[in-house]
Amino acid sequence: MLGLNKKDTKFLLIVVALTMFTPIILQPFAEGTGLAQFNAGYPDLMQRFAIFGIFAIGFNILFGLTGYLSFGHAAFLGVGSYSAVWMFKLLSMNVIPGILLAVATSGVFALLIGYVSLRRSGIYFSILTLAFAQMSFNLAYSVLTPITNGETGLQLALDDPRILDGVNNSGSLPVTNIFGLAMNSSTQIEVLGRVWTFNVGYYFCAIIAILAFYLSLRIFRSPFGMMLRAVKSNQQRMNYTGLNSRPYTLAAFVISGMYAGLAGGLLASMDPLAGAERMQWTASGEVVLMTILGGAGTLMGPVLGAGFIKYFENIFSKINDTVLHGWFSFMPDGLEDLLVVLVHPFVGKGWHLTLGILFMLVVVFLPGGLIEGGQRIAALFKRKRSDDDNLDPEHHPKQTPHVAE
Amino acid sequence: MSTSNPTRRGLLKTGAIASAGLAVPTIFTASSAAAFTNEPTGSTVTLGFNVPQTGAYADEGADELRAYELAVEHLNGGGDGGMMSTFSSQALNGAGILGKQVQFVTGDTQTKSDAARASARSMIEKDEAVMITGGSSSGVAIAVQGLCQEAGVIFMAGLTHSNDTTGKDKKANGFRHFFNGYMSAAALAPVLADRYGTDRNAYHLTADYTWGWTQEESIAAATEALGWNTVDKVRTPLASTDFSSYIAPVLNSGADVLVLNHYGGNMVNSLTNAVQFGLRDRIVNDKQFEIVVPLYSRLMARGAGANVAGILGSTNWHWSLQDAGSQAFVRSFGTKYGFPPSQAAHTVYCQTLLYADAVQRAGSFHPCAVAEALEGFDFDGLGNGPTHYRADDHQCFKDVLVVRGKENPENEFDLLEVVEVTPRAQVEYAADHPMFAGGALGECNGG
Repeated sequence: MLGLNKKDTKFLLIVVALTMFTPIILQPFAEGTGLAQFNAGYPDLMQRFAIFGIFAIGFNILFGLTGYLSFGHAAFLGVGSYSAVWMFKLLSMNVIPGILLAVATSGVFALLIGYVSLRRSGIYFSILTLAFAQMSFNLAYSVLTPITNGETGLQLALDDPRILDGVNNSGSLPVTNIFGLAMNSSTQIEVLGRVWTFNVGYYFCAIIAILAFYLSLRIFRSPFGMMLRAVKSNQQRMNYTGLNSRPYTLAAFVISGMYAGLAGGLLASMDPLAGAERMQWTASGEVVLMTILGGAGTLMGPVLGAGFIKYFENIFSKINDTVLHGWFSFMPDGLEDLLVVLVHPFVGKGWHLTLGILFMLVVVFLPGGLIEGGQRIAALFKRKRSDDDNLDPEHHPKQTPHVAE
Repeated sequence: MSTSNPTRRGLLKTGAIASAGLAVPTIFTASSAAAFTNEPTGSTVTLGFNVPQTGAYADEGADELRAYELAVEHLNGGGDGGMMSTFSSQALNGAGILGKQVQFVTGDTQTKSDAARASARSMIEKDEAVMITGGSSSGVAIAVQGLCQEAGVIFMAGLTHSNDTTGKDKKANGFRHFFNGYMSAAALAPVLADRYGTDRNAYHLTADYTWGWTQEESIAAATEALGWNTVDKVRTPLASTDFSSYIAPVLNSGADVLVLNHYGGNMVNSLTNAVQFGLRDRIVNDKQFEIVVPLYSRLMARGAGANVAGILGSTNWHWSLQDAGSQAFVRSFGTKYGFPPSQAAHTVYCQTLLYADAVQRAGSFHPCAVAEALEGFDFDGLGNGPTHYRADDHQCFKDVLVVRGKENPENEFDLLEVVEVTPRAQVEYAADHPMFAGGALGECNGG
């Protein structure tokens, strides 16, 4: 179906089902219980899962397939956000023009940066992209203040023209919408003490994320994708056979930049603000972490990695000492305080530490990322049933790991 | 591999449209149950404390969080009640707010607008916070204030000193107790004229973001009005940690005063660099070279150590003040944490109390009712003398302290001495002053 074989269709359908039921899956704990802290099914975070999923999927098309490690992808995210917010300011609060412009500008931007950066490979390519991204960041941060509003970030104002929308006399800022349907409207259903929030913005992001995922699936399975893999396994040999690999890598770079722009546009559509720190090198590093954590070169891995990191950033960072005391309150006083002191460095502002440790563990023990973990568990169960799948392992050489073992 | 099948594709498309169609009716049922965003219905009410726990302003954030916890304790009737007993409005009774027990959630703004907004959104959407407060950077405060306006909750700004917060970026749902760049300049200028004369050449180093710009604009305007000459204004990135390359040009610029429009870690580093370059020992134009830091805090003074001795600046509040409110606050903060509070802690404590009091007086958590109760509110007993919350721009007006780094501090908290308390009348300005023009409050949004 849809140009996919049976296995991929099944895979896509599973992904569709997972995305559609996210608001239910992410609310496993009843409200009012101590574990409700770990619920993640609120609109902002679900939107971030979908958006950073798109970002990581796009990054993976470049890094996972060609092996080119771009350290400046956040620049495209930022450019996308700025373009979208400008559309909201000038044209209309409808998100469609904003997102289209975001994809287009980031595509052009990626073409320029890619054209220069792709003259080198390996570490030099990474450094070049990093340099371009930092340049963009600094420009956005200070030099281009009239366009980007510097450190404060570009925001909507009451007196923006918005020529396609009607005159706004309400005295409050309009909200982003798609043909009148507000992105922040949502409906809540309570089932067995669990509150499920179905949010328009999330479903909008989710549908786009599924399309983005489908596109990346097709790219992975296409001859073009095969070319990109060839670049990764041995670009030199490819060049010796007379093939010019640069158009392929440039195409991959632009596609991946447009994915990032799409993610940036969506971020701005969900929350109409574009800040320069979206372009900072830490943001570029984050998408690299997401991809490696989840499993570079796999389809689902980057999405998992994105979800993992965003979950830590938003959920673990909010556990403070008061919450900890609440958890351990059943224990005797001395022990309670001791446990709070022991756990304290790993939660709240220490969420980076927990994430760092997990990242280290994943890289050391699961070089293929979280996906490899899943596969190993699946293999444990499979081996018991039959060994048919692996009759001739020699003819299915393993993929080289993306992180040094 | 590519076995495209148009009829199935059509089927799937129809399915997608149909499911989207199914989702539509449920959307219109949204937000009909509650009168406003996150109306507290149970026996508790949740406030969101959104402060920087990492980044350049982490010290201030940590102190703010302590003050918030103290305020919640006092609101719920715990501790010694702090400034609740000295507050001129006695609506609060120690039984929470409107009889509801006060709970709170915390978040890390990372001193980044994006992260701050994500954190605030999660407080509003997940934890059902009815009020968001915090921020230790004007950029962040303005971003979060905009978010709260859209979401329909009240934003009580913490440590934000930019003119823009209640100037061109003011919002109907946002309120600021802290003073601003204009007030600092207005308070400092007479003292500067008095001590350093009216014939000076000033060189500005400015943190490159909204606070720095408005601070620089304000202090430059105020000193030029004295007759000072502005030699140059140089912007430095907020993330800088070494300012040597910015200090070196000052030596040959002919300037005899260096104005550091820096805050937090920035100021600690730039001041240290300036002292290392021997600026303070120089004689330029037959005058002793001087350094001015428009916005001072004790946490910064501690970071810069002996370098702050004799340097003038302004501050919102200082723990050595002797009025009953300040003393009560310092006592309860000191009892709980073992050291005196900073001005950041003071302003957020006041903001929490002011919000709770406004709710109590309005008899409702509705943001519009709360805003109405705060607008034009006159109060006293919170450490700054008689204070007025102006309705036009939601800015508090109160006395401003001009302080100086102590020459011989007795302990690590006793670093600043109050030189002068500039009366409120001297730092007031019209709501449509050019430095604050260009924005509109809009209307309060209840979600």
